[in-house]
Amino acid sequence: MELIWFACFTLLLAGYFALEGFDLGVGLLLPVLGRSVSGRDRMVAAMAPFVLANEVWLVAVAGALFGVYPSLEGEVLFGLYPVVVAMLLSWILRDTGLWFRRRAEGSAWRGFWDLMITVGSLGLSFGWGVALYAAATGFGSSLLNPVGLMLGVVVTLLFAFHGWTFLAWRSPGLAGATRSGRALAVSGAVAALPAVGVLLGSMPYLLEHTAPAATLNVLSVMALPFAPIVVAAQVWVWRTFRPGKNAVRIPSFF
Amino acid sequence: MEALELARLQFAVTGSLHFLFVVLTLGLAPLVAIMHTRWVRAGKPLHERLTRFWGQIYVINYALGVVTGLVMEFQFGLSWGGLSHYAGDVFGAPLAMETLVAFFLESTFLGLWIFGWGRVPKRAHLACIWLVTLTAYASAFFIMAANSFLQNPAGALVRGDRMELVDVGALFTNKTLIFSFPHVIGAGLFTGAMVLVGASAYQLRRRTSEVEFFTKSLRTGVTMASIGIFLTLGFGYAQFAGLQEGKFEGDTAAVPLVIMLEAGQLLALVVLFLMLPLIRFLPRWRWTHPLLMLMTPLPFVLAIMGWLAREMGRQPWMIWEKLTVADAMTPGLTPPMIMGSLVAFAAVLGLLALVDYVLIARVIRRGPRDLDLGAVPEPALTY
Repeated sequence: MELIWFACFTLLLAGYFALEGFDLGVGLLLPVLGRSVSGRDRMVAAMAPFVLANEVWLVAVAGALFGVYPSLEGEVLFGLYPVVVAMLLSWILRDTGLWFRRRAEGSAWRGFWDLMITVGSLGLSFGWGVALYAAATGFGSSLLNPVGLMLGVVVTLLFAFHGWTFLAWRSPGLAGATRSGRALAVSGAVAALPAVGVLLGSMPYLLEHTAPAATLNVLSVMALPFAPIVVAAQVWVWRTFRPGKNAVRIPSFF
Repeated sequence: MEALELARLQFAVTGSLHFLFVVLTLGLAPLVAIMHTRWVRAGKPLHERLTRFWGQIYVINYALGVVTGLVMEFQFGLSWGGLSHYAGDVFGAPLAMETLVAFFLESTFLGLWIFGWGRVPKRAHLACIWLVTLTAYASAFFIMAANSFLQNPAGALVRGDRMELVDVGALFTNKTLIFSFPHVIGAGLFTGAMVLVGASAYQLRRRTSEVEFFTKSLRTGVTMASIGIFLTLGFGYAQFAGLQEGKFEGDTAAVPLVIMLEAGQLLALVVLFLMLPLIRFLPRWRWTHPLLMLMTPLPFVLAIMGWLAREMGRQPWMIWEKLTVADAMTPGLTPPMIMGSLVAFAAVLGLLALVDYVLIARVIRRGPRDLDLGAVPEPALTY
């Protein structure tokens, strides 16, 4: 049972990196590839239908952390206190940037929220590198450790590349190339590598701190039956918004 | 101030902000779903415009509900590590269910609903908004279950220095849950309905050209407000049967409780015995419209009062008679840490909340034209 929930937890975090990774990547690339307002509109419209279904994987990671590893939850989040606060603020800015950018007219308004999307995406991507390094070292190292900072840069670059691959898959022309679904899957897997690596490395520690059997049984009985529905809903999103003629619609709600 | 007070203040500020948006989400989701159902069934343009207009207000409001909710979720680990250490095996289960199942599905289906306009088949698109409503209610249920465990730790036993889950049935049939959950649902319906009433009254007062649109909205609002306040009041009183002994004795929590009770009763009188019988005339009686507009913020205020009463009444306990709030705080949390995050969260979320309300007001002022939600795509651009 511990192993099943470890696999679930790993899948959720890896899923977050592979899926939300390209949303953050697109956010990072906004000022690079989207020099005009309409260019940025099309980039945001390309990822918009996926964002809500992607970011929710991290909400699930945090919930699973509380349910499956309650004794670690405080330790992990408290050990990363300033990083978690900064990442939450980044996440908030990225999200409100998406929700707000088209809610009023004027290029200054949209430009400001586009900047917030980029700043938020950068904070989250970089923060993940720092957080993963701190977790791998058991929160013993300084949060400003050069290796951690470097991992922050690596994750940011991985996400940017993943975002570029996504744009080239969904809306060729935006990223100047066409990429296949397989290329997108590969870049997703690469983006998830740092997270999977850290989790596998700390597997014995995590298994040791799993919630007792009674709690796991309740979670298994109540949550696992819904897994097929959750997966089906995600598949539905990908089927509905797959690339094709007029895949990217303007105006998009985001 | 000490770290404990700051941590409590942070929870109170972010929790109140979160609920202001959540309570409207819980009320507007079923209302929009009903409008969407009418549209699919009757196929009238009026119903489509109702769905898109109130749907747009619903999703703008939803944005702040999500971002404030993120802070709530992570705050347990940041500030209240003692809680997860002592009772995480019990308290974590409903929270995990909320995030792994309920909110996961809600977010996915909402994305399909917002961006699936004209792409998802008509009936499947309608199913999306009903699934969003259903999962939002499930979320509310699990969160209320977690909160009710703090009020009355049913279904768990203390073993050593931790609590263990022994009876999951007792956890989800907690006497402080069974009436508080429908109370919250009723309050949500009432709040959402009063926003329909207030916004329609504003438009009708201004002699809108959309008379039919806002007459219909006003009547739907009054009908649903009557149902909502009836549920809220009924289940509100029923809650006193499951109250912990001595919860409100000589306590500051009695103040918000009394405000909620007195104002709630008065509102119920007005809604059930004035607005509902006069539902046919209200759209035409322009002198009533400023009064209806003034009533719109009241459900929000009362909802916050309700939470203050429930949560302050629990003091000094985090888990009633098991764990104090002081012991639930993360050991090692220092005032500068919590002060920094408190200022940052309060400033950013407070500002964003204001912007969000301005954006909602803007949609209401402009009325049902040029809506972004469900907008028809322009012809593809070629470069």
